[in-house]
Amino acid sequence: MPHPKPFTLIAELSYRCPLHCPYCSNPVDIGGDKYRRELETEDWIRTFSESRRLGVLQLALTGGETMLRRDLTELCAGARDAGLYSSLITAGTLFTRERAAALKAGGLDHVQISIQSPDPQENDRIAGNRSFEKKITAARLVKELDFPLTINCVLHRHNLDRIEELLDLALELGAQRLELANTQYYGWAVPNQEALMPTWEQLQRGEEAVRRFRERVGPKVDVLWVLPDFYEDLPKPCMGGWGRTAMVIAPNGDVLPCQAASTIPGLEFANVMEHPLEWIWNESEAFARFRGTDWMQEPCRSCPLGRQEEDWGGCRCQALRLTGDAAATDPVCRFSPHHDRVLSARESAQPSEFVYRTMKRPARI
Amino acid sequence: MTRPRLVTGARLRYDEVREEHLLLVPEGAVRLNPTAAEVLELCDGERSLDDIVGVIAGRYDNADVGGDVRELLDAMTNRGLVVDAAP
Repeated sequence: MPHPKPFTLIAELSYRCPLHCPYCSNPVDIGGDKYRRELETEDWIRTFSESRRLGVLQLALTGGETMLRRDLTELCAGARDAGLYSSLITAGTLFTRERAAALKAGGLDHVQISIQSPDPQENDRIAGNRSFEKKITAARLVKELDFPLTINCVLHRHNLDRIEELLDLALELGAQRLELANTQYYGWAVPNQEALMPTWEQLQRGEEAVRRFRERVGPKVDVLWVLPDFYEDLPKPCMGGWGRTAMVIAPNGDVLPCQAASTIPGLEFANVMEHPLEWIWNESEAFARFRGTDWMQEPCRSCPLGRQEEDWGGCRCQALRLTGDAAATDPVCRFSPHHDRVLSARESAQPSEFVYRTMKRPARI
Repeated sequence: MTRPRLVTGARLRYDEVREEHLLLVPEGAVRLNPTAAEVLELCDGERSLDDIVGVIAGRYDNADVGGDVRELLDAMTNRGLVVDAAP
């Protein structure tokens, strides 16, 4: 059976970033030698064309901070020439008028700006960087240049109670989309899990605020709200299923089935400098490892709900982290023998200090 | 709906790999049948709804397409993918 065709390429252009968000999805070893060398302009552009031939239509340019790449306009032009729809994901602090206009002329399709909180002081405290005003200026510039604007905010116990302010801010800025991304516990969120874990009451109030906003505002602002895994009892199809719809390319050219896959021991990731993307998607060991359903163990194998091809076993990185086995059923699932570990994580919310993301020293975790 | 246009950032394209028409939007896509793609291509913010119905009917032996076109555009409007260009 031929493999499904990928739809999305997540291009992590650089792990460098002026912000220090404690839930960053980048690996905790971003300061290591492995990521010092970033792909050159022509390597990215060649890879964009290869991805289009494989079926990719959506390109997410992300990081770290994408604006730190001086060749960003060339990369956008390369994406346009390859026939990809490009989204720039940025913290907005370096999004100047001059560079934004160049990106527009280069063919960039969409801009997504992250906000850490609708409250300026809280935003700056979570980001570990004075950035709120620059983000707001950037968002207005995005609109002025007639890009579609997405505002993204990662939610956790420190900002969930401000969800109404956040919804109003997105509306006022003219955002077409608002991604309310409840923290997922991989990357830097792992050492910060206790500090970030929200309460059930916070999530219920958040969900209710989203419902009221949707009713009031209608389709003008598309609000994405997903309940976090730890408060579910059936897993989500992580990444739309392993090796099914998306691939991630790290700054050094390693190609991964998901942003956290480098935490899984024993997986070797092929690099675009050594192999054609088509081979990596269709033939490489890392993409084959958890693709489809043949790798599944019990209780997935005989799932009482027959959800194998719906949730694809859930998240492999979460299974590894909570059970020690990346091939286990995602313990979010109520049929997992390890589901109690998810229940106890919910109780673990603690008012502890953040471990801020940094490349300067090895993380002490 | 007076003069429909695609929402800012939405792009129609034909995907040669999957051999289907798509409406690409920020971080997503909507699969379209060929007729829906034809209708959306006419939503340029200049033509009125009646103009669009007229053009499509002209291409299909003056068939009565008004209901289908309206139904498509209503569905797309409810999803925020088509907006009214009239002030």
